Amino acid sequence: MNAAGILQIVIFFAVVTAGAIPLGTYMARVYSGEKTWLDPVFKPIEHLIYKICLIKPDQEQHWTVYAFSCLVFSVIGLLLMYAVMRLQALLPLNPAEMSAVAPDLAFNTAVSFTTNTNWQNYGGESTMAYLTQMLGMTVKNFVSAATGMAVLVALVRGFARRQAKTVGNFYVDSVRSVLYVLLPLSIVVTLALVWQGMPQNLDAYVEATTLEGAKQVIAQGPVASQVAIKHLGTNGGGFFNANSAHPFENPTALTNLIEMAGQLLISAGLVFAFGRMIGDKRQARALYIAMAAMLAVGIGFAYWAEAGGNPQVQAMGVDIASTDTAPGGNMEGKEVRFGIANSAIFAASTTGTSCGAVNSMHDSFTPIGGMVPLVNIMLGEVIFGGVGAGLHGMIVFVIVAVFIAGLMVGRTPEYLGKKMEAKEVKLAVLCILIFPLSILGFGALAMVLPVGLSSIAAPGPHGLSEVLYAFTSATGNNGSAFGGLSGNTLFYNTTLAAAMLIGRFLIIVPTLAIAGSLAAKKIVPPSAGTFPTHGSLFIGLLIAVIVVIGGLTFFPVLALGPIVEHFSLAAGTLF
Amino acid sequence: MAIHRPQEMSLFDGSIIRPAVISAFAKLDPRDLVRNPVMFTTAVVAVLSTVLFIRDVAAGGEYTAVVGQIAAWLWFTVLFANFAEAVAEGRGKAQAESLRKTKTETSAKKVGGVDATAFREVPATSLRAGDLVVCELGDTIPGDGEVVAGIATIDESAITGESAPVIRESGGDRSAVTGGTRVVSDRIVVRITANPGESFLDRMIALVEGAKRQKTPNEIALTILLVGLTQVFLIVCATLPAFASYSGTVIPVVFLIALLVTLIPTTIGGLLSAIGIAGMDRLVRFNVISKSGRAVEAAGDIDVLLLDKTGTITLGARQAAEFIALPGVNERDLAEAALLSSLADETPEGKSIVALARKRFSFAESTLGAAATFIPFSAHTRMSGVNIETASGLVEIRKGATDSVTGYVAAKEGKTPGGVPKELVSAVERVAKAGGTPLVVARDNRLLGVIYLKDMVKPGIRERFATLRAMGIRTVMITGDNPLTAAAIAAEAGVDDFLAEATPENKLELIRKEQQGGRLVAMCGDGSNDAPALAQADVGVAMNTGTQAAREAGNMVDLESDPTKLIEIVMIGKQLLMSRGSLTTFSIANDIAKYFAIIPAMFMVSYPQLQALNVMGLASPQSAILSAIIFNALIIIALIPLALRGVKYKPASAEVLLRRNILVYGLGGIIVPFIGIKAIDLLVAALGLA
Repeated sequence: MNAAGILQIVIFFAVVTAGAIPLGTYMARVYSGEKTWLDPVFKPIEHLIYKICLIKPDQEQHWTVYAFSCLVFSVIGLLLMYAVMRLQALLPLNPAEMSAVAPDLAFNTAVSFTTNTNWQNYGGESTMAYLTQMLGMTVKNFVSAATGMAVLVALVRGFARRQAKTVGNFYVDSVRSVLYVLLPLSIVVTLALVWQGMPQNLDAYVEATTLEGAKQVIAQGPVASQVAIKHLGTNGGGFFNANSAHPFENPTALTNLIEMAGQLLISAGLVFAFGRMIGDKRQARALYIAMAAMLAVGIGFAYWAEAGGNPQVQAMGVDIASTDTAPGGNMEGKEVRFGIANSAIFAASTTGTSCGAVNSMHDSFTPIGGMVPLVNIMLGEVIFGGVGAGLHGMIVFVIVAVFIAGLMVGRTPEYLGKKMEAKEVKLAVLCILIFPLSILGFGALAMVLPVGLSSIAAPGPHGLSEVLYAFTSATGNNGSAFGGLSGNTLFYNTTLAAAMLIGRFLIIVPTLAIAGSLAAKKIVPPSAGTFPTHGSLFIGLLIAVIVVIGGLTFFPVLALGPIVEHFSLAAGTLF
Repeated sequence: MAIHRPQEMSLFDGSIIRPAVISAFAKLDPRDLVRNPVMFTTAVVAVLSTVLFIRDVAAGGEYTAVVGQIAAWLWFTVLFANFAEAVAEGRGKAQAESLRKTKTETSAKKVGGVDATAFREVPATSLRAGDLVVCELGDTIPGDGEVVAGIATIDESAITGESAPVIRESGGDRSAVTGGTRVVSDRIVVRITANPGESFLDRMIALVEGAKRQKTPNEIALTILLVGLTQVFLIVCATLPAFASYSGTVIPVVFLIALLVTLIPTTIGGLLSAIGIAGMDRLVRFNVISKSGRAVEAAGDIDVLLLDKTGTITLGARQAAEFIALPGVNERDLAEAALLSSLADETPEGKSIVALARKRFSFAESTLGAAATFIPFSAHTRMSGVNIETASGLVEIRKGATDSVTGYVAAKEGKTPGGVPKELVSAVERVAKAGGTPLVVARDNRLLGVIYLKDMVKPGIRERFATLRAMGIRTVMITGDNPLTAAAIAAEAGVDDFLAEATPENKLELIRKEQQGGRLVAMCGDGSNDAPALAQADVGVAMNTGTQAAREAGNMVDLESDPTKLIEIVMIGKQLLMSRGSLTTFSIANDIAKYFAIIPAMFMVSYPQLQALNVMGLASPQSAILSAIIFNALIIIALIPLALRGVKYKPASAEVLLRRNILVYGLGGIIVPFIGIKAIDLLVAALGLA
């Protein structure tokens, strides 16, 4: 670890916070239906969409209708994307002449992009046609992100409204998310990326002769536009197989910063939008600090572990100290143009948010360094998390924290003036059960079935980490891969798709039910007897609840994976 | 006033412990256990481990002795939880029984109609709501009811402990009678209002009996959370063998069982019911009967307390505070006249006038001679006074309401009543503005001045309101006084707000308004016209001396009829919720240490490297697992006193309470098991148990 690395971490947080605050203010206006400075451009388009789709923008929905709209919208999108992949050989814009995608892989991929996971069991440049990338991946990148944002907005309305029957209109919320937030930001970011040298074309692949005289096919295409939304919408599905480690997908240190900040920007901004919409910015600040603190600890751990390097390499007489000319530490699987600090920030922030893009290979991290991304997802994807999904997941934890600790002040627990009663606790518990059920359930299945075991590359605890990571990433809708696991098999395509669906919709439905239940409640005005949820005490408590629930759930399997690997490494055993 | 409250019995009274031990075994009945999902799970795995033990004994196993001990400690865990509930129940029942000692084999004189004279002797237990019974001198009233004819004095000491008999009559606000009380004079006809098993006491007893007790809303919510955590750990333990098998580890089933039981929240799961019962029990000790557990919980949430002025904020009687002489009158003369007129006055006000006069001017201890005639207060004259024969003739002293005394003086002078002197008017106004009652004094035809009778705010009440404010509870004083007087007393007592010239209607409106704003309101009342407000309030405490209508409308009845009790009730509600939260936090925090005990032990064989996680340095894998299980069982027993007494509660703001409880139960919950498990491990290893 060195001063330059720490400075980069500080700059990263400063950039994110500086961008998130004004964006939050703006998004609060968007979701409250107030005037914005983009109205002259987008208002006519918005109304046209409503007209064509027969949406009545003034018609508010009960939470059940809202949830139903969300599910129907997602299912239709899923089927359309599946169809595009299956039929891509017959469709235009296919200069590389890609054949139809296999049914199980197409299903896995369609689910993956519908659930904002973007787990990729395929290599983009070797599987997908340009039309598929644009019509399937890019469109889904927008609408799956918008779906998460809409669900969050409904939940926030649940807190802000009193004795109300409705939580908003799903179609309006998602259309506004795309038009007023995702689209303009993507345009700006795309231009910045193109300026930094990222390809944006529809040309055929180029064949080049290397210095050694070998032939190399250089893939290209509409990269910049997809990379922009890949990060802004916390999607993470790379245009290329190597994702943001690929020089065309992340060419410079500046694009790296844009991508890292971009994947946090909207999730962080939504926290501030939440504060404005409930009319109490202190509450937003508390959640923001809790999220940022957890992210900082994760980055710190990863940076420390990676900069420390591999003791076995050092034992062989290799100098792994960091100098002005050598990065030192563990550089395996990392890009030299990014170094250790930026790889640690990227790894922690791509897993804290449910983005899942990678600029280094997590599989090659040290055991503890590699455990950071894994644990980040296991904690529930609430360290900023996916756009919308992160904050609504965080609020579920807040409900549990408030319920346990709120009783300690001698009152029925309440958050933002809404009493937390049996119904809310039941729904929050349902959300929390999803992670252990899906991750441990599918993981255990893969560990005993031959079809599960045959995909594992590394033996011993590291192999266990690979499988655990895959199901954790799928359930958390993260999409990053640990690597090493051959995921494109019938077993993994279907089980991972199931984990993604469970991790997305079995959390969205109870969350919207909470929104509906809260909206119907009165708001208790705060008094000296009210449990304070904006101070440092609550921030600490919230982090403790998240870490304890996640820790208690996953400690045994982590002990069998990265933890035992860490102790073995020190003792000289490698996997 | 001799109030006797059921004594707080020592925590482990022999008469409670013995039946509780028996009851702990009786509660192993699966139909009882299923009410408590956490303990049910524990019992199921206890059965499973017993089966494993029997198999090991028969077929021989690697860890037979350890398996046997684990099975035994699992049963102890369930029994300890049952025992906690049984002790709480036993204490609750003992207290409730002491309230209704007299309500034994009573017979009732049932009559056909209000005017009927012929009656039929029937057992009290056969009475139904609506039946009419006649109660005469010496009879015990057979059930809760309402006087429909007659008037009688009733000895209610059996339930209130107050020795002075009270009057109950048909109509009006004093018509309610309680079963178990005794008629000591006259004859009344009572209409029974409660079916057997539905009287207040019956309902109260049901609240402290575990098996019949309905779970309260917050308890249900907490149970859901505990069930959720139990399910999480079930998933963890069920999937662990699969992950372990990949690493070539076979985990003995009994170790998995041990892991499951130590992880699921058995501590709070085992004590939850006892905490709830103990909360009701504390209420009974304050002689308050709650008709539902829900009301007790709601008491903890109260935002606004409506308190009647008289008797709650001020002493019932007013006290003389000052003599205000009119210009030209010596204050000593006024005081002497006031003294003389009050010497024979036995009312508290009269006595306070005597005391003040003696204090101010050191009059000799004297009584009125035979020459004096006391003129008592009458509603007609609205004055009292004294006539004294002296050498110079008859001296007449009068004191009373302003218009009465001025009218009297005017009549003496042969004028028509009217023009009150300006000085007197200003003196009277001054007293009213300060929240007092003016009493005008005259000797013969001369107005002397005014006695300032002050509403005495109860000593210490101001501090209590300050405490309530710190807890976030707003107090509102309800009074029939005019706004001027009310404002003065409100300021003196330190209440946050007041409702002057209160009527039942505007009281109800005030409650609705507060509730509309999302606040929870508590109040107490006794009259029939209080009934709508009592029903509307979230916590309505009816005075036992009140009408049947009021007692039906409220959700609690205070047997001592003490309106200040509301404050205690709020505290009991808060303490109940706090005990639950604290023990839940403690229970969950405990798991951290248990992981550090069990995980390295479990995987020791295939991954000796994990020994690094054995931070407690436990002797062997078997002793580590056994120690964790033993700690898990013993902690329930150790916390029974805390569950029964409730966590310490000092009124303070939520912030302060949270900080303290997180420190004690959160941080404590993390640290204590590390020490406890290590200590047990040392013992287990020393005794060679594993």
